[in-house]
Amino acid sequence: MAHLTANTEHDIPAKPSGGPWIRFFRQWDMQLMVWPGLLLIFVFSYIPMYGILTAFKDYNILKGFADSPWVGFKHFEAFFSNPDFGHVMRNTIIIALLKLAIGFPAPILLALMLNEVRHAFFKRFVQSVTYLPYFLSWVIVAGIVISILSVDNGSVNMALRGLGLIDNPINFLSIPSYFWTILITTNVWKEVGFGSIVFLAAIAGIDPNLYEAAEMDGASKFKQIFLITLPSILPVIAIFFILAIGNLLNAGFEDILLLAKNPLLRGVSDVIDTYVYRIGIENMRYSFATAIGLFKAVISVLLLVVANQLARRSGNSLW
Amino acid sequence: MHRLTAGDRTMTIVIYALLSLLTFTTFYPFWNALVISFNAGQDTAMGGVTFWPRAFTLENYDIIFKDNRLLGAFGISVAKTVVGTVASILATAVFSYGMTLPGLIGRKYYMIFCMLTLYFGGGLIPTYLLIRDLHLMNTFLVYIVPVLINVWNMIIFRTFFKGLPEGLQEAAKIDGAGNWGTLFRIVLPLSGPVIATLSLFTAVTQWNEWFYASIYIENVRLLPIQTILRQILNSNIVTENVSALDAGAQAALGKMQKVTSKSLSMAVMMVATLPIVCVYPFVQRHFVKGVLVGSLKE
Repeated sequence: MAHLTANTEHDIPAKPSGGPWIRFFRQWDMQLMVWPGLLLIFVFSYIPMYGILTAFKDYNILKGFADSPWVGFKHFEAFFSNPDFGHVMRNTIIIALLKLAIGFPAPILLALMLNEVRHAFFKRFVQSVTYLPYFLSWVIVAGIVISILSVDNGSVNMALRGLGLIDNPINFLSIPSYFWTILITTNVWKEVGFGSIVFLAAIAGIDPNLYEAAEMDGASKFKQIFLITLPSILPVIAIFFILAIGNLLNAGFEDILLLAKNPLLRGVSDVIDTYVYRIGIENMRYSFATAIGLFKAVISVLLLVVANQLARRSGNSLW
Repeated sequence: MHRLTAGDRTMTIVIYALLSLLTFTTFYPFWNALVISFNAGQDTAMGGVTFWPRAFTLENYDIIFKDNRLLGAFGISVAKTVVGTVASILATAVFSYGMTLPGLIGRKYYMIFCMLTLYFGGGLIPTYLLIRDLHLMNTFLVYIVPVLINVWNMIIFRTFFKGLPEGLQEAAKIDGAGNWGTLFRIVLPLSGPVIATLSLFTAVTQWNEWFYASIYIENVRLLPIQTILRQILNSNIVTENVSALDAGAQAALGKMQKVTSKSLSMAVMMVATLPIVCVYPFVQRHFVKGVLVGSLKE
């Protein structure tokens, strides 16, 4: 008892006393939990942010970052007047828009279709199979695509010949005009199942009374999709659409790097990210590549802000 | 049950047909790759191998398991997946628990410090230069240290920890346990589901990662199987491929002669896919929760 009272007496005046530093060090066991993590985040996230300044320098591998001279916007100007600028920007924008136009609605469509399936086993089977590619490395997916499209008795060539549609096998992955189709199809193939999960969850949250009421009013199943299901999940669709706009310039990286290994395809396959990789890592022009990366990041932020502004008008903004 | 109109019946038929087609086009390419990996390479080259192996053989796999470089790459993949996952989950859990403690001075600022990294980053080249300046190139640590703290996982951990009954933690503290003791004896043992979910996701990411290995690692002995597989797929010519094999495997190859680069790469692909297929049922059970927490609850 005496011990307890003594303790309380000691604690009450002790709490408010002491400056912020003293209180900080008194809880060293708590601070010790977070400081190693904060330090790692500082090193691996914040130092590279500072490193973006490389874009305004002439980075020299021997001098290091600090001693390399400042050159202002030289590398940005060099990129804008570079002969590659035109096709890199064109490919980035076209591939990004194709991915948005086809890759964005595809999972919504799949979720709507899965929602109409009444056989639980069939539904689970379709889900299990279509979710799987998402969990595979792009290396594996690209390997499968390369094998299926192979000029050397790939399944697609065998099927087309079997149907009498072509006489000679086509080397799909060396013909520029096929590349975008292959790239978008592969992306949808990999992501559509997994992407449908969020929309399925949103559909599951819709009040079933709405459907009953619609049925009594004589609305067909088809009409119910457009009058109830789609409007109900519109807020979720809007949020994902804004995020997709923010990611618009991430037109692709691993997928393009792995599928467009044929140099003949460069004219249609080079996008900002793969170009940064080739210029920066392979050709070691670090400052030039950083400048291109920064240019892309700035446009991405602008796109996100614009998309959010548009969404705010419909009441679905991110922030 | 309600009556279906003719239009509804047509829609149902169309939906079942489309879903069946989608399932087939997802399933077939895997199946075909699996079949080719079990078929004699020279036989595959004659064409017509689709749903079933025509000349069944285990030779493709036999060669892989005789190639020390490929076996070593599998070892690296397993090591980086296991070590990377355990280390990252442990570090992120401790970090996240600290960030939930109500009395932590500076918590609000620490949180902003973390959240900003979700929106801004340095990009490929500045990160690459940093890794080089830290002398992490060509070390095994480059697979582990940069990804120790995952801010997305931190958010999910925090949400989970905050949902735990407070009474238990208070009771532990009254019994004299410190913050660290409470974390390891009370909180973590209660966090089985979230640890399982996040571990599975982290492990799948580690196993699948090939790009950073390809830019940070030059030493072939440190490359994971995905990066080696990419090199194999990139070299179309059989001889080039064979020269990538080590001496023991080349001798075995010389005896067999039935193997082609295609049959071999399909077999490597299947072995690299196997761990994913094994954990897939568990991942599938957990990921709906994970996706929802990650994307909607923020």
